[in-house]
Amino acid sequence: MTTLDSKVPAGSIEDKWNNHKFSIRLVNPANKRKYSVIVIGSGLAGASAAATLSELGYHVKVFTYHDSPRRAHSISAQGGINAAKNYHNDGDSIYRLFYDTVKGGDYRSREANVYRLAEVSNNIIDQATAQGVPFAREYGGLLDNRSFGGAQVSRTFYARGQTGQQLLLGAYQALAKEIGKGSVEMVNRSELLEVVTHDGRAAGVIVRDLLNGDVTAHSAHAVVLATGGYSNVFFLSTNAMACNTTAIWRAHRKGAHFANPCYTQIHPTCIPQSDESQSKLTLMSESLRNDGRIWVPKAPGDHRPASDIPESERDYYLERIYPAFGNLVPRDVASRNAKTQVDTDHGIGPLRNGVYLDFKHAIDRLGEDTIRERYGNLFEMYERITDDNPYATPMRIYPAPHYTMGGTWVDYNLMTSVPGLYAIGEANFSDHGANRLGASALMQGLADGYFVLPYTIGDYLADYLNVDPVPTDHDVFTKAIAEVQDRTARFLATKGRRSVDWFHRELGKIMLEECGMERSREGLEKAIREIPQLKEEFESDVKVLGANESFNQSLEKVGRVADFFELAELMCRDALDREESCGGHFRVEHQTEEGEALRNDEDFTHVSAWEWNGPDEPQTKRKEELVFENVKLATRSYK
Amino acid sequence: MDVILSVWRQTGPNTEGGFVRYEANNIPDHASFLEMLDIVNEDLNDRDEEPIAFDHDCREGICGMCGVMINGQAHGPQLGTATCQLHMRKFKDGDTIRIEPWRADGFPVIRDLAVDRSAFDRIVEAGGFITVPTGSAPDANLIPVPKPAAEASMDAAACIGCGACVAACPNSAAQLFTSAKVAHLNLLPQGQAERYTRVVAMVDEMEQWFGACSNHGECEIACPKSISIDFIALMNRDYIRAKFRQGRLAGQR
Repeated sequence: MTTLDSKVPAGSIEDKWNNHKFSIRLVNPANKRKYSVIVIGSGLAGASAAATLSELGYHVKVFTYHDSPRRAHSISAQGGINAAKNYHNDGDSIYRLFYDTVKGGDYRSREANVYRLAEVSNNIIDQATAQGVPFAREYGGLLDNRSFGGAQVSRTFYARGQTGQQLLLGAYQALAKEIGKGSVEMVNRSELLEVVTHDGRAAGVIVRDLLNGDVTAHSAHAVVLATGGYSNVFFLSTNAMACNTTAIWRAHRKGAHFANPCYTQIHPTCIPQSDESQSKLTLMSESLRNDGRIWVPKAPGDHRPASDIPESERDYYLERIYPAFGNLVPRDVASRNAKTQVDTDHGIGPLRNGVYLDFKHAIDRLGEDTIRERYGNLFEMYERITDDNPYATPMRIYPAPHYTMGGTWVDYNLMTSVPGLYAIGEANFSDHGANRLGASALMQGLADGYFVLPYTIGDYLADYLNVDPVPTDHDVFTKAIAEVQDRTARFLATKGRRSVDWFHRELGKIMLEECGMERSREGLEKAIREIPQLKEEFESDVKVLGANESFNQSLEKVGRVADFFELAELMCRDALDREESCGGHFRVEHQTEEGEALRNDEDFTHVSAWEWNGPDEPQTKRKEELVFENVKLATRSYK
Repeated sequence: MDVILSVWRQTGPNTEGGFVRYEANNIPDHASFLEMLDIVNEDLNDRDEEPIAFDHDCREGICGMCGVMINGQAHGPQLGTATCQLHMRKFKDGDTIRIEPWRADGFPVIRDLAVDRSAFDRIVEAGGFITVPTGSAPDANLIPVPKPAAEASMDAAACIGCGACVAACPNSAAQLFTSAKVAHLNLLPQGQAERYTRVVAMVDEMEQWFGACSNHGECEIACPKSISIDFIALMNRDYIRAKFRQGRLAGQR
């Protein structure tokens, strides 16, 4: 097994990024216009990268399957974005943000990347503010902060409960400025269906126009994937309906190693599922845990309404078990504890599948107006969905698949194992280890897009000055187009009995049961047997009506679900291989007597990056050893 | 519950469309409106009829992708609610529900209930941004923003770009959308340098695509984020000022 070279620069952690920026090659301003870059996806990472690359002078072409770049799922992030500004004078620093993020990730992230992330976090706030992102303010006009899970300082900047929307609009507006000038070519309603390589390097992409089915080739000097995460493998998740793994999975099949696929995050505060017809789960921002208190009835099987359960018969279990962090423990800890409560018959609500998040004490202390100002839109959203008034009765919450820390393996330059192919934002694996802290996803997406990739990409491009991209009539492209068309034709010709959604839902059930919040050897082995069977059935029995040559939403979905099948199997094999519990990956065989995650640092302080060996061979595991020079590996404790 | 749907079906932008009647039976009343359509689509698929095309994505009222006319109302009967957040408990067993795409020249139909809203992007590209190349920003707290200004800007910035305002307007005007975009930036200190060029560029672009505003106010009622038409007044004020500043109309004073 060969180990992977992360290309982390030498030097002390504080100097690595600065030294690296100085030592990598630059492309001079007059030469930048000789290069073209393709960006796939227009969320925080994609839009910020595309805008910045265009400002620098590169030719940029952006593809999104949405009708506008402003729809990307980054828009749904509610709570906020972290930065080490220390505006609240509460002892924050770049080092502390770095430390909290490494610890929060359960010591499974790459130190140098995380430090860089913390370093540029402050630039992001400056950039976003200058763009007109309407962050919350104090009465003196300066920026306000709130606290968030996994941290003991207030470092989270927010724009009501719509921080993701506002940051995305900032990045989208920066991108729109470049589109308006004609420097970025924006292609909406087009989906990547293949990554094309030539001589072992990225050559371009094949995309399908979702309106008329045209399949076309596009070539460039470099390709950037900014296509988000893969939580929709679980069918029910907090992700938007169209979120998928196709771009990064197609890249994986072309040689991009897939890192830590089993690191998925189950978000603790979502609205519990109400029935089988439900299409997605709605997240309620984690910021609610600042003022809400989580509890269940002390007695198992107590089905009285919340208002009838006296204070003395309530178990505020997070405050009881984790007195230091209380309701603000990291997401993985909060989620697993909620599952334990429901599994031991302490669940509440009509289906007994939730726990309470109660604001009564906060309302008594601060008044309803303050709570309304802080969380008004979240409370409204909750009421619209459940028909319950959370000012009067406690919210019902339960964990749901939310974010994927795993993703395409990248080196320090954010380049995948395919030269010239980059992955940024949630699409890569780099910064969150085995668990992501709240308000860190927005930070990472924008760090990669605004401040990391635009520097590091020059180092690769410098080699290809005056070298034209592979022409799109080259064999590699025409062949790839034919393959994409064949695949589409196969889906349409199957004419089976069951809908795409039916198969997706069944796959999701297996994944949630066996590869969700808790995983066991037995369950994973079962899933590894069941997934290929279901996949076979899918291939012979799926029904996709209509034609390729029109706007056909079932056809869009079927390709995505086909890729989810392959990913699901790899996730289970990775979870089986990782004989330890860490962050979002909890193996029942590896826990302390108190039921906490038990890491195996001796054997698993590494990234598992899986290498594609063709459709009939399982992937080979390659390792990147994680070296901790600054943070001492310790048992994560929030008690 | 059981409801009867009358749904606009149209196979492509240049084909004739028409209403088709469907029965939606055994719909759970806590299903969302779009989940009801999912159930109908599963049923159609089973019967070898092509599912109804409709745009949707986040299903939590923030991406702005969804939106249909429900019994003649943009996003349906519940105030301040996008189609995806509307739940079937707002309807009664036996109701007939008419579902149509947004109707506006600026939003041509793609298929069934999906329309092309790219004209909104053109308006933003014309000037809906603050020119601040990456890396050139000063420390964020060097620009204090009075809390009321930040709040008002955020009220405008809450726009999700769904197009309900245009769909609800008898003139298919896009004043509410454009003014929300203008006000978001023009209310902030950071937006002052480009304030007047911005408003002129955006309004001029808007007029290429959409009708004129005649103060009906339907847009504010239809808006899932309840964005106030006060912003239209603000946009008009800035537009008039900008025009006089440019001097073209100065002789009329």
